[in-house]
Amino acid sequence: MASHFESPIREPLITGNKTYKQVTHDIVRPTTGKLQPKWMFWTFIAACGAALFVFCIAWEVYFGIGTWGANKTVGWAWDITNFVWWIGIGHAGTLISAILLLFRQRWRTGVNRAAEAMTIFAVICAGMFPVFHMGRVWDAFFIFPYPNTRGPLWPNFNSPLLWDVFAVSTYFTVSLLYWYTGLVPDFGTIRDQSKTPGRWKFYNILSFGWIGSAKHWERWESLSLILAGLSTPLVLSVHTIVSFDFATSVIPGWHTTIMPPYFVAGAIFSGFAMVLTLMLVARYVMDLQDYITLAHIESMNKIMLLTGTMVGIAYLTELFTAWYSSNIFELYIFANKVKGPYWWAYFTMMFCNLVTPQVFWFRKLRRNIYVTFVMSILINIGMWFERFVIIVTSLHRDFLPSSWVYYSPTWVEVGIFVGTIGLFMFLFLLFCRFFPVIAIAEVKAILKVSGDQYRQKQLDEVKDQEVYKNITVGAGAWD
Amino acid sequence: MSDTKKYLVGIFDDDDILMHAVKDIRGAGYEITDAFTPFPVHGLEHALGLESTRLHTAGLFFGATGTTVALSMIAFINIFNFPTDFGGKPNFGLLAYVPITFEQTVLYAAIGMTVSFYYLCKLWPGKTPKIIDERTTDHLFALTFELDESKDSEYVNAVSELLKKEGAIEVYQKEV
Repeated sequence: MASHFESPIREPLITGNKTYKQVTHDIVRPTTGKLQPKWMFWTFIAACGAALFVFCIAWEVYFGIGTWGANKTVGWAWDITNFVWWIGIGHAGTLISAILLLFRQRWRTGVNRAAEAMTIFAVICAGMFPVFHMGRVWDAFFIFPYPNTRGPLWPNFNSPLLWDVFAVSTYFTVSLLYWYTGLVPDFGTIRDQSKTPGRWKFYNILSFGWIGSAKHWERWESLSLILAGLSTPLVLSVHTIVSFDFATSVIPGWHTTIMPPYFVAGAIFSGFAMVLTLMLVARYVMDLQDYITLAHIESMNKIMLLTGTMVGIAYLTELFTAWYSSNIFELYIFANKVKGPYWWAYFTMMFCNLVTPQVFWFRKLRRNIYVTFVMSILINIGMWFERFVIIVTSLHRDFLPSSWVYYSPTWVEVGIFVGTIGLFMFLFLLFCRFFPVIAIAEVKAILKVSGDQYRQKQLDEVKDQEVYKNITVGAGAWD
Repeated sequence: MSDTKKYLVGIFDDDDILMHAVKDIRGAGYEITDAFTPFPVHGLEHALGLESTRLHTAGLFFGATGTTVALSMIAFINIFNFPTDFGGKPNFGLLAYVPITFEQTVLYAAIGMTVSFYYLCKLWPGKTPKIIDERTTDHLFALTFELDESKDSEYVNAVSELLKKEGAIEVYQKEV
């Protein structure tokens, strides 16, 4: 039993006295049975959103970028704001699955599968924006370095925009491989639970014929660990490179060395907010409270408090640096951010990202589901406005006052953005219905360490000792 | 797929009992063909006497390939094939190559290792698996012993007895 020991004062991560069989049953159950009317309703709504996306993109491709509000002064507007927002949201999945694996944080097992799925869907949404921003989207393949008849004309390998192409596409591919390899054993489990041949066949194809042999598991673990090791610098590099898109330019408000850590912290911040928005609903609708416990929610809220405060410090540092630089352009751009025509965006950003997350200093509020849900929505909004402030307010009053403008989006831009939310939700709802939302095998592997009945057993062994006297395990013990 | 093999199967319902049984059975001099578990049981591969996987070493080589391809390709293009004057800066600007080289290293290592994993485990979409016991992806653990010509009924009885003594909840023979 030594390998299963963990200090009994730690909070259990799986409640409800689960056995291996119950774990399988609880997680496979949502994938079985008839389609629920409620699920069909929301999937239909999300599909309408995805259709709106397709319509607005078609409109933009047919009539051109002129259908957007972006112009010569504000060349990057909603489009790149949305790109950075979605990419940031994708960061939580890889952070949970990779970095927390390396740090041996067991609470990751409850949420990693859904968070990784969210990463993949968010990166799909993010990728749309720069591609369609090109205008002549049919020439999008020009970004890849391949021998061609135009010279050959190669992309500029010294440009952060090209680095971004490589970073985002690598990030997507590695996340997809990592996610799917984790899914394979669980598809095997669903296959073996299936009652009809059609279902058996479907999940057998998805499971690649997985049988759970000891040698396969050993290779699987080795692969997971190395992919986690590779993804850890990768997840940090992706948003660093996204920040280079801004930091290596000579635009006041963009040209700062604080950008990489500031962007990475913000990405993790917004990613966790989106994980919580989705998982708080999913755990309630799919009855997964025993696997995504208050302990999980509290851990994520702690990370949001940390990263939110880091982002807040970055905002204040930017203001200080602008003042300390004595550079009139730098000073002006920040004064314009705070009290210029877009003051409301700056205020929303500060309020949602720096001020309100401070409620998580209180344990009661960290463990309150309603507070967490409202906060996760506020942070999603706040982080969108952060990107809007960085991009639009830095650009709309440039070096030449005659070209100053007040940018507003058109219905096409709004439609594309709302449409990506629809697309994202549509993919996520499909995932919830047909895929195991929680990593079955990984939960079973930590059951004897973090399950509540095993924790109780560990406590029983040591409860004669003075220090463990007042400790109890079970519902309510930790509230 | 036509060649089937006969196995003696011992079913366990706890990973700790399984680990103990594996050590004792191998200690008694019987060769275990394979073990099937619903989740990765730590230390089982060592208890079974399996060689450690060399997948991570393969990952190193795939990664190194990515580094080499990216660096040499960018250098070739920027220096020989398409030299461009960026404000008089040197064509070989190693620092600017770091991000793409890094991304390609990760990409090659990840794809190479994943493909190797499926290749080594002989897993592919649509494969018809040889399932010993369907419950081993759910809550039970299985040890298998291949029964070929050389194994007589004495062997079967001895192993069966040992399995039961070690806590197996079921012992049976199966052809897959």
